Amino acid sequence: MAETPNNSENMSRRKFLRNSGYVAGGLIGGGIIGGLLGANLNDDDNDKTAKTDTNAAHSSNQAPIYFTNPEQFAVLKAAVERIYPKDDNGPGAVDLGVPFFIDHQLAGSYGNNTREYMQGPFFPGSDFQGYQTPLLRHEAFDVGLAGLQSYSQQKYKKNFAELEGEQQDEVLKAFEEKKVKLKAVTSSTFFNLLRAATLEGVYADPVYAGNTNMDGWKMKGFPGHQMSYLDKIDSKEFQKIKPNSLHA
Amino acid sequence: MAKTLPKTDVVVVGVGWGGGIIGAELGKQGLKVVGLERGKERGVKDYYVVHDELRYAIRYELMQDLSKETLTFRNVAKERALPMRQLGSFLLGEGLGGSGVHWNGHTFRFLPYDFEIKTETEKKYGKNKIRDLGLDIQDWGITYDELEPYYDTFEKVAGIGGEDNHFQGKRSNPYPNKPMKETPITGKFKKAAKDMGLHPFSMPSANMTEAYENPYGAKMAACQYCGYCERFGCEYGAKADPTVAVIPYARSTGNFELRTHSNVTEILHDGKKATGVRYVDVQTKEEFIQPAEIVVVTSYVMNNNRLLLQSKLGKPYDPKTGSGIIGKNYCYQILPGVTGFFDEQFNTFMGAGSLGMTVDDYNGDNFDHSDLNFIHGGSISLNQTGKRPIQTNYVPDGTPSWGKEFKEKSTHYFTRTLDLATEGASMPTRNNYMDLDPTYKDAFGNPLLRMTYDFTAQDRNLYSYTQKMMGNIMKEMGAKEVYARGVSEHYDIVPYQSTHNTGGVIMGAEPGTSAVNNYSQMWDAENVFVIGASSFPHNSGYNPTGTVGALAYRAAEGIIKYSKNGGMLA
Ligand SMILES: Cc1cc2nc3c(=O)[nH]c(=O)nc-3n(C[C@H](O)[C@H](O)[C@H](O)COP(=O)(O)OP(=O)(O)OC[C@H]3O[C@@H](n4cnc5c(N)ncnc54)[C@H](O)[C@@H]3O)c2cc1C
Ligand code: SF4
Repeated sequence: MAETPNNSENMSRRKFLRNSGYVAGGLIGGGIIGGLLGANLNDDDNDKTAKTDTNAAHSSNQAPIYFTNPEQFAVLKAAVERIYPKDDNGPGAVDLGVPFFIDHQLAGSYGNNTREYMQGPFFPGSDFQGYQTPLLRHEAFDVGLAGLQSYSQQKYKKNFAELEGEQQDEVLKAFEEKKVKLKAVTSSTFFNLLRAATLEGVYADPVYAGNTNMDGWKMKGFPGHQMSYLDKIDSKEFQKIKPNSLHA
Repeated sequence: MAKTLPKTDVVVVGVGWGGGIIGAELGKQGLKVVGLERGKERGVKDYYVVHDELRYAIRYELMQDLSKETLTFRNVAKERALPMRQLGSFLLGEGLGGSGVHWNGHTFRFLPYDFEIKTETEKKYGKNKIRDLGLDIQDWGITYDELEPYYDTFEKVAGIGGEDNHFQGKRSNPYPNKPMKETPITGKFKKAAKDMGLHPFSMPSANMTEAYENPYGAKMAACQYCGYCERFGCEYGAKADPTVAVIPYARSTGNFELRTHSNVTEILHDGKKATGVRYVDVQTKEEFIQPAEIVVVTSYVMNNNRLLLQSKLGKPYDPKTGSGIIGKNYCYQILPGVTGFFDEQFNTFMGAGSLGMTVDDYNGDNFDHSDLNFIHGGSISLNQTGKRPIQTNYVPDGTPSWGKEFKEKSTHYFTRTLDLATEGASMPTRNNYMDLDPTYKDAFGNPLLRMTYDFTAQDRNLYSYTQKMMGNIMKEMGAKEVYARGVSEHYDIVPYQSTHNTGGVIMGAEPGTSAVNNYSQMWDAENVFVIGASSFPHNSGYNPTGTVGALAYRAAEGIIKYSKNGGMLA
């Protein structure tokens, strides 16, 4: 991550407001002032340090805080890489930090369904009634990853991570198509969770430990967090803009 | 034991657009108003790190905490309703400003046809059409012309930018703000639509097209087209949001007392009139009784219905006999969509909630339905909200949904796809309704609301017709390939469709067929006003909030009158 801060593109909110003449020229909503006062989160003077700290932070967050078992983590790594593989366009899920993204998510609110209705009684439900498993997401991942391993053992007498890519795809496809029996969750529900979490890890702000170097965004031509497109919104040319993350 | 507090003139349940407008208007008139909001206080100052797709758009930072309360859902009455355990199909609001904080700001007026839909449809197509389609439609007990002044007021308060639309009802004033900018993307739609003889117009926008000061003195900055609008709060205060546009004024009157973290569990009444509400402070868990002369319920469609049912106020709807009202005519929005694949690259990631171009040629009764097996239609729009990478992964038909090819195509097409969507009208039928769930409870031990809802033949026909029209426009726009989203076999609670739920506490000209009159005043309890899209007898082919705002202003006028003279207002 050797990007040098570029003033026009890595603008802090404070600079943006100052440079754009936005404060001087127009009406100011209450929040603009609030934003300025609250700007010590990302003060001008701290920009450079924030930038360097960020790099350090990113590497230090590449360690598990949910998973405790390397074999289980290896299954996750192999699976996400098949869902979003490395290719000529750029890195795959593993190089993007996705396994750590998922790990961190499982340790928190997402993994524990803290803002979701988890009271019983539980019934399987129709295809139109949504998530109905009694498992919390982190438990669904535990069950699902163990399932990938045992299914691989059963079918190929090998661990999932040691299979050929095409074989791994076969295993994942069986899960996707609800063909594998798991405890308390359907294999397709698990697969859909895994697929969605992988894409989230590829494209979420790097603050969450995935999308390393904003490479996920770069592959899509997505500039991440920008203050304003007011002066570009009617431009006829496609705008290649260097991406910004929230902590840039 | 609940603690009884000193009596107030008015207690408001829920402080979003509805509650905020009531607070502002009644406060202005010197009525003492207590606003109870179950969520937390929030405002523009809280959106310092808001450009975060995962946190706000995927994990729903600003929306309802379902661990405390949700609803149950089934397609048909013979199924077992199960809890909506995660947000999906619609995203319920919670916290000051309600969903008005994280909406897009498309701010339409319904068509004159909507308010007299039964009369007009029968006049033009005969009585059989409605019967054959099995629709429970009714006139609203108010005409467009009667509601027009209130639309005008709401548009001024929300600083709506827009331009005339060929099919619109009469307007007393132009939009208070100019239309949104035209971009290469919206321009492409405009040109194609024009070339096809349609009538495109700039989508009416609650994103400020220019810095604006509303009649309450609220200052809103110009929209920055930042691309993080729907599902996000606006860090610039550039989106008309109740916490910016109305609530500060309500508080400045000195007559509006806001209590956040206050979850109302019951409307108290003596069988004739309400006496106040019961609520719980969700932080201390203390229970309070807030007595009031007037109770205003602005807690969104779901809780407007649930609170009435739970409090045994009004007559619950019974789908078996068709009698009763509360819970009746639950409607939604029918949402066909098409995606066009292009070789050329667009700045799809730039945008604003209400940046868009719309045609109404296939909406309402703007086209002939004599030979069609549905009524109404929908507005078709290209809405350039700003694509974000987690949610946008378009691939041509036949591409796998993961793996090498998926990666290649979804990254390539991120900036090479455009989509069109219809906000399709939703018509009531006997079997789509809401009642209380017999099994599942909320965090306070009260029954959840139960929704029974499925698409009907009317919906499917409307869907495929407007889908086809959108396909034509997309082809005219030059897409090399057009993908049309098929209608789900049944309504599915998982994929996001829209937070345009309506009905259950419907309005009308008489008590037999409605719960509230056209001032949103309950027939069965004259000092209770139930405001929101819950009063729509059907849902139109547009987003609802323009009409919610207009009805709230009309209700405010009625409440002020009622506070002086009492009695039924209509
Ligand atoms: C993502 C999204 C995009 C949208 N985009 C558009 C758009 O572009 N155009 C449009 O017209 N509409 C749009 N809508 C819909 C629009 O937001 C709503 O129509 C509007 O906000 C409804 O206002 P309301 O005041 O009736 O309800 P809400 O905004 O939902 O406010 C109700 C309030 O009541 C509170 N409450 C509920 N129950 C209780 C209780 N028991 N006790 C105390 N408080 C309670 C809630 O916490 C909430 O704050 C969108 C909605 C969403 C979610
Ligand atoms: S698009 Fe405009 S109105 Fe919406 S959040 Fe961004 S600046 Fe605010």
